[in-house]
Amino acid sequence: MSTATEAHGSAAAEGKKKAPAGERVADWADGRLGIYSLAKANMRKIFPDHWSFMLGEVALYSFIIIILTGVYLTLFFHPSMNEVEYHGAYTPMHGVRMSEAYASTLDISFDVRGGLLVRQIHHWAALIFLAAMFVHMMRVFFTGAFRKPREVNWVFGFLLFALGMFTGFTGYSLPDDLLSGTGVRFMEGAILSVPIVGTYLSMFLFGGEFPGDDFVARFYSIHILLLPGIMLGLLVAHLILVFYHKHTQFAGPGRKNTNVVGMPLLPVYMAKAGGFFFLVFGVIAAIAALFSINPIWVLGPYRPDQVSTNAQPDWYMGFSEGLVRVMPGWEINAWGHTLVLGVFIPVMIIFPLVLVTIALYPFIEAWVTGDKREHHIADRPRNAPTRTAFGAAWISWYFVCLVGGGNDLWATHFHLSINAITWFVRVAFFVLPVLVFIITRRVCLGLQRKDREKVLHGRETGTIKRLPHGEFVEIHEPLSQEQLHTLTAHDQYQPVEIGPRTDENGVERKISRGQKLRARLSKGYYGESGQIPKPTREEYREIESSHGHH
Amino acid sequence: MSSETGPNENVSDENLPREQDKAHGEVAGKNDPFADPGLPPHEHRIQDIDERAAKRSERTVALLFTVSMLATIGFIASFVAFPIDKIIYVWPLGHVSALNLALGLTLGVALFCIGAGAVHWARTLMSDEEMVDERHPIAAEPAVREKVISDFKQGAKESALGRRKLIRNTMFGAVALVPLSGVVLLRDLGPLPEDKLRHTAWKKGKLLVNENTNQPLRPEDISVGSLTFARPEGLDHEDEDFQTEIAKAALMLVRLEPDDIKDKRELDWSHEGIVAFSKICTHVGCPVSLYEQQTHHVLCPCHQSTFDLSDGARVLFGPAGHPLPQLNISVNKDGYLEAQGDFEEPVGPAFWERG
Amino acid sequence: MKKLSARRRHPLAALVVLLFALAATGGLYTAFAPAGEAKAEKQESSKSLAIEEGKKLYATGCSSCHGTGGQGTSDGPSLVGVGAAAVDFQVGTGRMPAQQPGAQVPRKKNIYSQDEINQLAAYVASLGSGPSQPTKEMYDPSGADVARGGELFRTNCSQCHNFTGEGGALTHGKFAPDLGDVDEKHIYEAMQTGPQNMPSFTDGALPEKDKRDIVAYVKEVNSDKSESPGGFKLGGFGPVSEGMFAWIFGLGAMIAVAVWVAARTAKAKKS
Repeated sequence: MSTATEAHGSAAAEGKKKAPAGERVADWADGRLGIYSLAKANMRKIFPDHWSFMLGEVALYSFIIIILTGVYLTLFFHPSMNEVEYHGAYTPMHGVRMSEAYASTLDISFDVRGGLLVRQIHHWAALIFLAAMFVHMMRVFFTGAFRKPREVNWVFGFLLFALGMFTGFTGYSLPDDLLSGTGVRFMEGAILSVPIVGTYLSMFLFGGEFPGDDFVARFYSIHILLLPGIMLGLLVAHLILVFYHKHTQFAGPGRKNTNVVGMPLLPVYMAKAGGFFFLVFGVIAAIAALFSINPIWVLGPYRPDQVSTNAQPDWYMGFSEGLVRVMPGWEINAWGHTLVLGVFIPVMIIFPLVLVTIALYPFIEAWVTGDKREHHIADRPRNAPTRTAFGAAWISWYFVCLVGGGNDLWATHFHLSINAITWFVRVAFFVLPVLVFIITRRVCLGLQRKDREKVLHGRETGTIKRLPHGEFVEIHEPLSQEQLHTLTAHDQYQPVEIGPRTDENGVERKISRGQKLRARLSKGYYGESGQIPKPTREEYREIESSHGHH
Repeated sequence: MSSETGPNENVSDENLPREQDKAHGEVAGKNDPFADPGLPPHEHRIQDIDERAAKRSERTVALLFTVSMLATIGFIASFVAFPIDKIIYVWPLGHVSALNLALGLTLGVALFCIGAGAVHWARTLMSDEEMVDERHPIAAEPAVREKVISDFKQGAKESALGRRKLIRNTMFGAVALVPLSGVVLLRDLGPLPEDKLRHTAWKKGKLLVNENTNQPLRPEDISVGSLTFARPEGLDHEDEDFQTEIAKAALMLVRLEPDDIKDKRELDWSHEGIVAFSKICTHVGCPVSLYEQQTHHVLCPCHQSTFDLSDGARVLFGPAGHPLPQLNISVNKDGYLEAQGDFEEPVGPAFWERG
Repeated sequence: MKKLSARRRHPLAALVVLLFALAATGGLYTAFAPAGEAKAEKQESSKSLAIEEGKKLYATGCSSCHGTGGQGTSDGPSLVGVGAAAVDFQVGTGRMPAQQPGAQVPRKKNIYSQDEINQLAAYVASLGSGPSQPTKEMYDPSGADVARGGELFRTNCSQCHNFTGEGGALTHGKFAPDLGDVDEKHIYEAMQTGPQNMPSFTDGALPEKDKRDIVAYVKEVNSDKSESPGGFKLGGFGPVSEGMFAWIFGLGAMIAVAVWVAARTAKAKKS
């Protein structure tokens, strides 16, 4: 070992005479960090090009922007609930009693030059961060990019989304304004609804009764240290795995499950990805220049006996808000205790359930297919009709809750009754996902049929020809080899069979319930109603030859 | 595929498609109509063959970087030039801060142009020839797997953890117990609930102080159809625990025609039709107070729980589980409204011990 | 002033002051005394005239719902005791006469002149005593305490009308309207009289000065001249409109940029 190092060192020493400075620095680093072996595998790493592969980058860059602006904000923000009388630059608040947290947020907005801009960049970037993660997650879902070997990375991504929600919540609660304070009050009510330990949890979180003097300082350390720290770790792991697995790609000529086709990291991807960071930052900065967000100076400082209508959380918490709004007020009182189902069910059961449903889906699908091979070709959504339908149903579920969360604004803007909207959401919560599931699956099957037609009969040209005997026909143009390959490259599973109920000796086989369920699901996924068989070579040849005989 | 880990234990894997690798791996065969024709030949861009076009791209990129530099100078100039409180009218944005607008736009342009320049450079001047990387199965070769497993077994055996059960059990015990210290340390995060949520600052004889005027309320201040908010006498905005106390004690006063009051207890606890209810929603604690004076309904802006103030504040709609608590009031000898005692039930959201 | 004070010990100063005083007293007397008396008389007669005119207007525009004597019918409430302020608000904002039944009578274009409204108000006020129309000093926002107005607004108003008076939803299709371009006088009258389902805020509970502070606050945060330092305020509805903007325009812009970044550059045409 030591001789090897020496030899290496002497080689570097030799190089010293000739090598340019940059290389000498690299040699120095390599001797200590081994950067050459790292760079060998990664410097010219190939990334496939597709706009939908960049949604994750939007999330990554917004996260970096949030960290940069967040550090700046900590320089001026005072996470304290001490009461002060305001006499700063914003005159319509003069003489109003408020917490130091709120007063320092006013100072950031009105006394620190550029403070308002940074606050707005921070908040807009947070909204876009969560939205980008959501869309990125859906892209991965609908293209089946969560399949082996990427299940763990799917879970990391999901955790980033879930933690992002809570980082956002603790963040917008910090200014201690009337809107966010109402949200914190809601959270306290939700905690109180937990059976047995609810009151204890509430007292411990708030350092006594709500609102107390502690929660801003506690949320502060959660918001700037604990959660982002965990997120940063997950993010690094997420990115390492992306590099390690290499990116998925769509099927196409020359694009196989065993390769990856695209541009090298150095220089194309570095320029594109690096450039994209600046593009994202630039767009967010422009949005923050033009559009106001969370103008806390008109919201007023928090007081538990004041409130405003339009009391909603930021969008990513909106679906939980909707769940709570449409839940009936069930409350069970028995043996001197109260079970607050009207709050506990939506916040503590359905809210996590909605999230966990989507998080667990990859494992359910893997169990149904029993497929243990690696998958690096991204599916077209139509070629996995049941998965696509499930995803669309989940999105409709999520969004119907979001609509419920904004029911008062739908009411005022579309002149509807808030009660009618609430009832609509109550029904749609159960009905809409089912409808969306059925419709999406049918649409996918229709698109699969269209692809099949295209492969077998060619592309409709729109040119009408009249045959000698008077019949009109549309000319179909045969597809190119590339197109034929692309449209037939996808996998099609067959439904799993349980097999005969008795073995060859006539003894009844034991078939577990799980196996039966799996067979049923598999039939639903890949049976006759679940997919259109893709054209086979034989079918294609038959039609070809019949055309020839015409 | 080499990462295939053998047949599925319970069920046959006949359902798996067979052609995933074969079809992709094949070179375009004459008799396979769907065979992969392989990567199409690389085509040149205009910039690759026309140096003038390439020069144009170069100039565009340089221009974008130059604009970025100018924008950064503009940012610094705006920072110095615009006073922080300068408001300008910009259609259609409205009356906005000149500083915020100027800083944000210049920063946006400075950043965007760097990005646009880099991307334009990459798209038009860097090679766009597609390259191929082979993937390698992630699972290790069987020999490596064998080695790792046997190494682990060897290590485990040498530790004698399996054999010396006493060590194992006490170690698990110690490691399981030590986090308890951390949990115990959290104990002083807050006090125990005890009966804190059951009491408010209201007591017998406490006057109802108008939240707007800070003066005690008289019955004649409250007319039918009006809405008034009150807090208990002796609780001032400057008090240390004002926020915590008002979170429970906030009161909402309306006057109804005594004939309109349907609930007997509500009528008993009213004074000349003036009824006092907790302002704190029994759902999750928002201050309900969207009072509709014709219907006597009060709505919570947060989750739309609706209470009927003419009928013991029972829940008409929404997620609240029980009525708003009522405060028993009357008039003292000086003609001021006063409380007859504390609320008889806990105000605000329900909780396990509420009963 | 300096010049004047320098000459105040001039021998003629006393004479000048005396002349001034005489002229002022005489002038004031001629200006006020007889006119005052005449004005009062004229006011009395004009008041009864106004009631007469108002009654006629009432008969054509209002009596079908509120009854011929303002006693109310199944279609409209009694107007006895609602006062002139209520009439000025309801007719001045175009709510009355109502067009069609619904969850709530909305604001619309006012078809009466202020004189006609005053006549109607005088007539309705004559049916029973109620709050009278506020004078300009009562609602004029200049010089009012905006910060205090904000605190009062958040205690009494924002629960229905939103932080900056953008309006909000009530039960079964009712709503608290946007206060954006509502006349200062009408905001004051709404607090005084409690139109439709809005509760009233009587002077006992919310004194005159407090109402003026509230009017000043509304005008500060929700008028054409309101400042929004951060930029376009997206309706002022809080996180819902912000979230929609972030999704549609924020993420939309990101995707548009991503499509450009990922797209292949045009190939040279094959010759």
